[in-house]
Amino acid sequence: MPLPPGVSAKDFQTVLRQFEGVVGAEWVFSSDEEVALYRDAYSPFWNEPEDPVPSAAVAPDGVEQIQQIVRIANKYKIPLWTVSTGKNLAYGGSAPRLSGSVLLDLKRMNRILEVNDRNHYALVEPGVSYFDLYRYTQEKGLNVFIDAPDPGWGSPVGNTLDRGGGHTPLRDHFSTLCGMEVVLANGDVVRTGMGALPNARTWQQYKYGFGPYVDGIFTQSNFGIVTKMGVWLLPMPEMRFVGTVSVPKHDDLIPMVDTLSYLMNSNIVQGTTRVNSSLTAQARDPELIALRSKPGGASVPELEDFLRRKNLPYWSIDLPFYGPTEVVPAQWAFAKRKFSAIGGVQFRDGATNKLPPSPEDLAKVANPVPLGVPSLAIFSALGPNSHGHIDVSPITPMTGQAVFEVMEVFDKVLKEMGIDNVGVVPAGTYYPRSFFFLFTFQIEHDVEKNRKMRAAFKRLVQVGAEHGWGEYRTHLAFMDDVANAYSFNNHALLRLHETLKDALDPNGILSPGKSGIWPKHMRKARA
Amino acid sequence: MMRTCLGIALLLPVAATAQSEAERGRAIYQKWCTPCHGTGLGKPGTAAAAAHGAKPAVLEQRTDLNPKVIETAVRNGINFMPRFRKTEISNADLAAIVAYLAHK
Repeated sequence: MPLPPGVSAKDFQTVLRQFEGVVGAEWVFSSDEEVALYRDAYSPFWNEPEDPVPSAAVAPDGVEQIQQIVRIANKYKIPLWTVSTGKNLAYGGSAPRLSGSVLLDLKRMNRILEVNDRNHYALVEPGVSYFDLYRYTQEKGLNVFIDAPDPGWGSPVGNTLDRGGGHTPLRDHFSTLCGMEVVLANGDVVRTGMGALPNARTWQQYKYGFGPYVDGIFTQSNFGIVTKMGVWLLPMPEMRFVGTVSVPKHDDLIPMVDTLSYLMNSNIVQGTTRVNSSLTAQARDPELIALRSKPGGASVPELEDFLRRKNLPYWSIDLPFYGPTEVVPAQWAFAKRKFSAIGGVQFRDGATNKLPPSPEDLAKVANPVPLGVPSLAIFSALGPNSHGHIDVSPITPMTGQAVFEVMEVFDKVLKEMGIDNVGVVPAGTYYPRSFFFLFTFQIEHDVEKNRKMRAAFKRLVQVGAEHGWGEYRTHLAFMDDVANAYSFNNHALLRLHETLKDALDPNGILSPGKSGIWPKHMRKARA
Repeated sequence: MMRTCLGIALLLPVAATAQSEAERGRAIYQKWCTPCHGTGLGKPGTAAAAAHGAKPAVLEQRTDLNPKVIETAVRNGINFMPRFRKTEISNADLAAIVAYLAHK
């Protein structure tokens, strides 16, 4: 395995022995076999020399051990790449951005320090997974509802720090963050918000404390090592209901999305949903293929006519509602009243689930995540032969016009690049007041296909930025590209990040390259 | 006769140890493997195994899994299943999973 850049083999052996002195020899991993376990399982650099590899891994069990590790790393200029549960698949998994980094694996720090079901929050360490937190709440019979991201083996700390999203009313995970403990590069321990108050009584109830609100700078960043985090939970709702609204014409999407936006921003529709087109399910219909294959492609009236003859709507959206049994039907009735302004609109009652779901109800559900139950069901969507995926995921306005424009612009780019194996999930609502697109690329065990895919990925990031659509998060391989796209005023934001980096971590030991933020001595390497 | 009794006496603790190792493996299996390889809906590992013709597709129902196959899957991954690190499943935990899957 590689050495950390600029570090001699002799010094590195000294470092490993010192790490062993801190955490115990069994928690320092340096054999090729052990270190290989940290490689990105969904790497777009499969079988290529660019695939990032750590030099070793160290797994501390507490804050004091981390303080000692960063002091050693500062002395010997060792880059440390931190992971929580290491399951950030599609974004790099447990691999570092910089080959030769030492993985700081926080999986052993898996204590659930508190779950409070009177004010509805949890205080957890980074190695706690959503599965762990769910089991804990079930065993204790706590009246809380967990918003998990699609795979439940991730951690509330890691997912929140990467600003991930879920499916229920608290789906914007950064918005649920309430207080953190951070080890800085110099070994100092900071508690944010009310946690800065000795004997704080409201660390997880009030986010802001006094003075500048700094929690955000520790997300998608490399300014500190988060060792504890408060996350807000939801009181267990009484029920979840899904109602489907459908409209017949292409341009109906514009008032449809405006109405969706109104309902979501009014907290009436409260979960993640997406825009569905009936054309997606009809993609293999010979008539549709013929329409699309003719010179100039299919016209909107032709597509509308095609769907009308099949008695299918052009667009549909599933609306999730959470709340009391008396309130949810009223919310659905109100939503129907608002959508009724669109001619030809249709409504259908969907699934109703009492919460918490009974074991019998869970057995009937393909994916229980929207019911507050962590799962791995999402991986079924990849197909049995998949080697994983990465996603282009731009944030766009929440308007029908934006959907039309994104699909047209990106479809054109993909066709020009000869890419046809992209799964598109248009216009999801993981985050308030915006749409979230997902263009999924399968990882191939084929070097040439991966090279072509990476080129397409970079091109979509570039074209998206030209249209004002930026990525919300990205894989290690594209962090420089995405950071460089946020270039207002000669990269003023990235320059601010670098100023913070230099001040907080002058030796550049913490996660070099995360989100395009490199230490001063490595900046020439920036793409 | 004496030798036979002694043999049984020696074997009993070994069998009991294997049983307790398998019990420990069952708990570890349920934590790490069941979410993907269990029964019912939403189990992508089971679905993928079924798509590849594995019978039965649920790992706990298989009788042909040898230790090498299990260890290779956990440490190397298969298709979309990632490899697992030693901070997740230690070598001792992996041995317990193997014991559980072999002991049923």
